[in-house]
Amino acid sequence: MPPIITTEKVMTEKILLAHGSGGSMSQSIVNNNILSLLGNPILNRLDDSAVFEAQGKIAFTTDSHVVQPIFFPGGDIGKLSVCGTVNDLSVMGATPLYLSLALIIEEGLSKDDLHKIISSIKEAADEAGVQIVTGDTKVVNRGNADKIFINTAGIGVIADGIDISGHNAKPGNKIILSGTIGDHGIAVLSKREGIGFETKLESDSAPLNKLIAEIMQVSNKINCMRDPTRGGLSSTLNEIAEQSGVSIRIDEDKIPVRREVAAACEMLGLDPLYIANEGKVVVVVEAEDAEKVLAQIKKNKYGQNAAIIGEVTEKHNAKVTMRTPFGTSRIVDMLVGEPLPRIC
Amino acid sequence: MEKNKSYSKPEMAAGLIQSINQHAVKEARYMEFCGSHTVSVMRNGLRQLLPQALTLTSGPGCPVCVTDNSELDKAIALAKIPDVIVTSFGDMIRVPGSHTTLQEAKASGSDIRVVYSPLDALEIARSNPQKSVIFIAVGFETTAPTVAASILQARQEGLKNYYILSLQKVCPPVIRALLDSGEVNLQGLICPGHVSAVIGANAWNFIAEEYGIPCVVAGFEALDILQCIEMLARQTEKGEAKVEIAYKRGVTFDGNLTAQNVLAQVFEPSDAEWRGMGNVPNSGLKLRPEFADFDAEKKFEFDPGPTKVQKGCICGEVLRGTKSPLECKLFRKICNPLNPIGPCMVSSEGSCAAYYHYGESND
Repeated sequence: MPPIITTEKVMTEKILLAHGSGGSMSQSIVNNNILSLLGNPILNRLDDSAVFEAQGKIAFTTDSHVVQPIFFPGGDIGKLSVCGTVNDLSVMGATPLYLSLALIIEEGLSKDDLHKIISSIKEAADEAGVQIVTGDTKVVNRGNADKIFINTAGIGVIADGIDISGHNAKPGNKIILSGTIGDHGIAVLSKREGIGFETKLESDSAPLNKLIAEIMQVSNKINCMRDPTRGGLSSTLNEIAEQSGVSIRIDEDKIPVRREVAAACEMLGLDPLYIANEGKVVVVVEAEDAEKVLAQIKKNKYGQNAAIIGEVTEKHNAKVTMRTPFGTSRIVDMLVGEPLPRIC
Repeated sequence: MEKNKSYSKPEMAAGLIQSINQHAVKEARYMEFCGSHTVSVMRNGLRQLLPQALTLTSGPGCPVCVTDNSELDKAIALAKIPDVIVTSFGDMIRVPGSHTTLQEAKASGSDIRVVYSPLDALEIARSNPQKSVIFIAVGFETTAPTVAASILQARQEGLKNYYILSLQKVCPPVIRALLDSGEVNLQGLICPGHVSAVIGANAWNFIAEEYGIPCVVAGFEALDILQCIEMLARQTEKGEAKVEIAYKRGVTFDGNLTAQNVLAQVFEPSDAEWRGMGNVPNSGLKLRPEFADFDAEKKFEFDPGPTKVQKGCICGEVLRGTKSPLECKLFRKICNPLNPIGPCMVSSEGSCAAYYHYGESND
């Protein structure tokens, strides 16, 4: 007997190639699926560029998101694309204001899925207090993208006297991590085809601009901040050490790791230090302000598991070293290639 | 924040170290057969904790590393056949063969896909009925039962476009070959945890009985390895040689009989090429004649070309345990994870990669 196709299935509305044609079908997608949720006075003008006033030093960043699967526990590609850019601006000490949003959609994506993604974008943008002010939508042939790719760029303003950069870490500075590592990477991996395992773990994807604004209120001795996304904590610390010409020493014991993440890493042969995070920040601060900043981070809902994990030292041969719980020491290197589950 | 510290309790480690110091009265060299053991030793800086009398040597237990250039060349040649999709575990695609890598073949247009399991390769075969899907089966007894299961599943479904290139190897014969070569003088063997979970700890009895070398099966956490070394040191002290398990949560003496049966149903022993060791009798797994239809080597005509060995690379010696990665002239200078000359620098279980990534530091 041939399979019975329910009318419901047939009726599921899909994004078609024609929706990216630039004509009236494109317009309908923009109006019905995007503007209806994200509209604001600047975006609604639909001119070729967004026009707005800005004063002072400007921070400008861009990030493309290709996560697979596009929906995962604790978030989706939409939320990620807003939080990623908001956080990249925030860690420079900027107040994020405006974002662009470019969608590359593979034909066949359901309008329901698009709606879910745009809704997440709205929710994340509202939480962060940023506006989407310009955008673009393209549709490509099946196989030429993986469901949907999203690029966002963002603009933020930096107040006078703020100088926060990866180049500013100095020996003696303390290193604070705002919470557990590896949650995002492991949550995504748990849903990936061929690996799938049951876990209650959720991605940590979150906008950190408010948390960061709060700590900048209590301390003017923050030298450097960075969000340890792709490449994980190890890559972030290596980058800071490289840019600032210093070494960094961390304590394995102090690094917060959820039990689920540690267990999944043991099973898959991965190291939490190399797993991506989407809602964490590394703060390098003068030692005298470290406790104050830590206490402030812990007051924020995204910083409850924060800890001081190490300190900056004079430059040695190894950029980043870690004291293990056994009192031994080892190098913490940059990630090379994708971390993959072991085969043996 | 509660951390999964059950296997990394420093106070338990201190107790084990104390006991190791007490029992390690004679000079002894122990080999960690398995690449994952080498990684754990390096990651936790365990060498720094051991008394001078004890030396740890890395062994050939990394399936990607021991895959010979000639075997890689076959995989690359298969990938160049039109309408073929080659599927492989991730580590393999960056390993240099004689002339190129699967990664470069992919960039040049071959359809090569990374999978996490042969069952994913099976799924690709189902959804691409007009193409031939070849799984590059690299691995030890740990992964071979899953590969066997994929063949049985393909047969049951009547799937006609799924093949494997079996480069799989089994561990006991290569340890015998290593010991027979007389190149390494071992007083103990840290036996592989995952392999033993399948084949059982009894598979190592011949090492204790015929060669008089103590054997202890170990898990992969720091405490597992320290416990294993402690048990080996006790055997060395008493002059004993027996097989013990320091990984009882994963390994029994008989192993996983279901997995062994599935494996034996589909594969039979064959001679195999090991990088650094050459041809080792009965150390490979080939498809049984009744499953020949799934054998990519029988189905396709291809020419892997002449085999070439990378000059100056000492992966062979490293795999035999006769040299440390630090003795390689290319190490860190020319050979690094971004530009790997040999497979031991590519694989996440490779000794050279472990030494490169984790090093040891005295800061």
